[in-house]
Amino acid sequence: MFRYNIFLASRGVLRHPVLSALMAVAVGLGIAMFMAIFTIAFSLSKNPLPDKKDLLYRVQLDAGDPNRQGDAASSRPHQLTYMDAVALMREGRAMRQSALFGTAAIIRPEGAEIPFEATGRAAYGDFFAMFDAPFKYGQAWTDVEDENRERVVVLSEHINDRLFGGENSIGEHITLKEELFRVVGVLDDWQLVPRVYDFNFAPIEDTFVPFTTAAEMEFARRGNTNCWQSIPGEGHQAFLASECIWIQYWVELSDPSRRASYLSFLDSYANQQKELGRFQRPLNNAIHTIDEWSDYVGAVDEGIWVTIVIALLFLTVCLINSIGLLLAKFLSRSSELAVHRAMGASRLQLFTRFLVESACIGFAGGLLGLFLAWMGLLGIRVLFRGETAISHVTHLDMPLAIATVVLAIFASLVASLYPAWRGSRGTPASLLRGL
Amino acid sequence: MLEMSSVAKRYRTASVETRALEDVNLSIDQGEFVAIVGPSGSGKTTFLNVAGLLESFDEGTYQLDGDDVSRLNDRQRSRLRNQKIGFIFQNFNLIPDLSVFDNIDVPLRYRKLPAQERSERIRSALDRVGLLGRIHHLPGQLSGGQQQRVAIARALVGDPRLLLADEPTGNLDSKTAEGVFELLLDLHSSGSTILMVTHEESMTTHTTRSIHIRDGYFEST
Repeated sequence: MFRYNIFLASRGVLRHPVLSALMAVAVGLGIAMFMAIFTIAFSLSKNPLPDKKDLLYRVQLDAGDPNRQGDAASSRPHQLTYMDAVALMREGRAMRQSALFGTAAIIRPEGAEIPFEATGRAAYGDFFAMFDAPFKYGQAWTDVEDENRERVVVLSEHINDRLFGGENSIGEHITLKEELFRVVGVLDDWQLVPRVYDFNFAPIEDTFVPFTTAAEMEFARRGNTNCWQSIPGEGHQAFLASECIWIQYWVELSDPSRRASYLSFLDSYANQQKELGRFQRPLNNAIHTIDEWSDYVGAVDEGIWVTIVIALLFLTVCLINSIGLLLAKFLSRSSELAVHRAMGASRLQLFTRFLVESACIGFAGGLLGLFLAWMGLLGIRVLFRGETAISHVTHLDMPLAIATVVLAIFASLVASLYPAWRGSRGTPASLLRGL
Repeated sequence: MLEMSSVAKRYRTASVETRALEDVNLSIDQGEFVAIVGPSGSGKTTFLNVAGLLESFDEGTYQLDGDDVSRLNDRQRSRLRNQKIGFIFQNFNLIPDLSVFDNIDVPLRYRKLPAQERSERIRSALDRVGLLGRIHHLPGQLSGGQQQRVAIARALVGDPRLLLADEPTGNLDSKTAEGVFELLLDLHSSGSTILMVTHEESMTTHTTRSIHIRDGYFEST
């Protein structure tokens, strides 16, 4: 009977091609808009490092202004002072750890190309393993190179393409801040979305240099700096010794059960600092998983959820239009229905048949929606190319593509329930009278 | 095979009740050709709808081939209709975008017969009405008489116990109507039980019985 329903559905679609096409377009448009927005929202809100959801932690030490108002969570600074970051690195209590800050530097390429500013990040060598950065060539710098403030650099694939034509550049040198840096690694195509270590949607940086080297060479800071106390003295060293808060700090624990002990270590460190006259606020330290940190900082703009609701409403409007189209389509077929009823079709069989026809139209709408969503995402990708990491998540993967078609079929079935019920509920005689 | 006793059918609106059938008593035996004759609005189509389980009734009892139809739900009535009744409509009621084959296939599909058996039955029914050569035509490619023959083949294909014909020649010219009526007589002579409603007295001359209906009442049996 199912094959017969499919056969009749195909005839039903062809009998009213314009109505059928309109419904497929209505469903397709609604689904396309919803899936395009949902795809972006889903990608932005998911953890890009799911394997480390219980292992990777953002560290907060409350070395902030003792007069700052607010509850414990909101009054806690997001970042650390340089002194504390270096002290925690020295202790090395986690399996991996890295202090980091955003930076930028002028690259002076060899040859004809003029110097240009490249984005950068100062970090410790553990950073790459912590955030699963893939290497195309070479590797991260070593602890010794960290300690010795070596002039070494890891390049993004993009900047390696620009400077070295995509060739293996390990051992080559580039000029940063007028000093030569040896290339020790080139990243493969890598984009964390969101870029969790500082929770934004910017592209991965062009260059990565050792934290110690960047501090020594006074690399520019790109990011928030909060100095709640005046800097005791002049110059860069005075700034590093100040209570200014500007360093991000992440740790990777070997096991989630070590979370409590690491927090206990932070409290112990804070108490030591209290004895030295620092950390004047009550103990208020914390560590956060990526998901917790995302919630804490409100990484995903609430506007995206509003947009999803709007897309859902648009889909609903499309489905309401589909209901009207289906009603017109089904109720105009009383002569055919009368024949089927007279020949032995039950109400349930007619109802089922209508649903099958709607599912077929929904399938077509789903394919159309898939195409339109793909086009929409392609447009967004072109529009934002290179500007934000969003362009990296504007693609439909297979599960989302399947979900698009399934959702279209489901939506069509929901939209067809009332028209199918109306179309099948009449007695055969009443349908005959409608001839 | 058909037993109706005191059957009544009324149509109700918010303000008025119309008596379409009243106190209908009828018994039809296997192999009869019964004509229900009456003018427009006399209730003959309503009667045929009730007899064909296309419409429920309000009072009385109705047994079709031993089944008390008043106790059946929609699914059971549909099955009974499919297995025991064949319909011939005045305006043929062929589905325009289905071929002759597929139109005749409709009742067999709901009987869930295998494809081979359905095909054999359809060819046999078409052969019986002399239209085997038109098996792949669309209804629109056939004349009115041919369309009615296809409708008769569709009614016959399930080998029903009872054929119900509603003004079967009403939409045909006199010559074509004569041919279709002869086909019905052939079916009757080969053992089919036929219940036909018509407003033409002339069509009752060859039936085994004729019953007049007026204002919902049977006048004589």
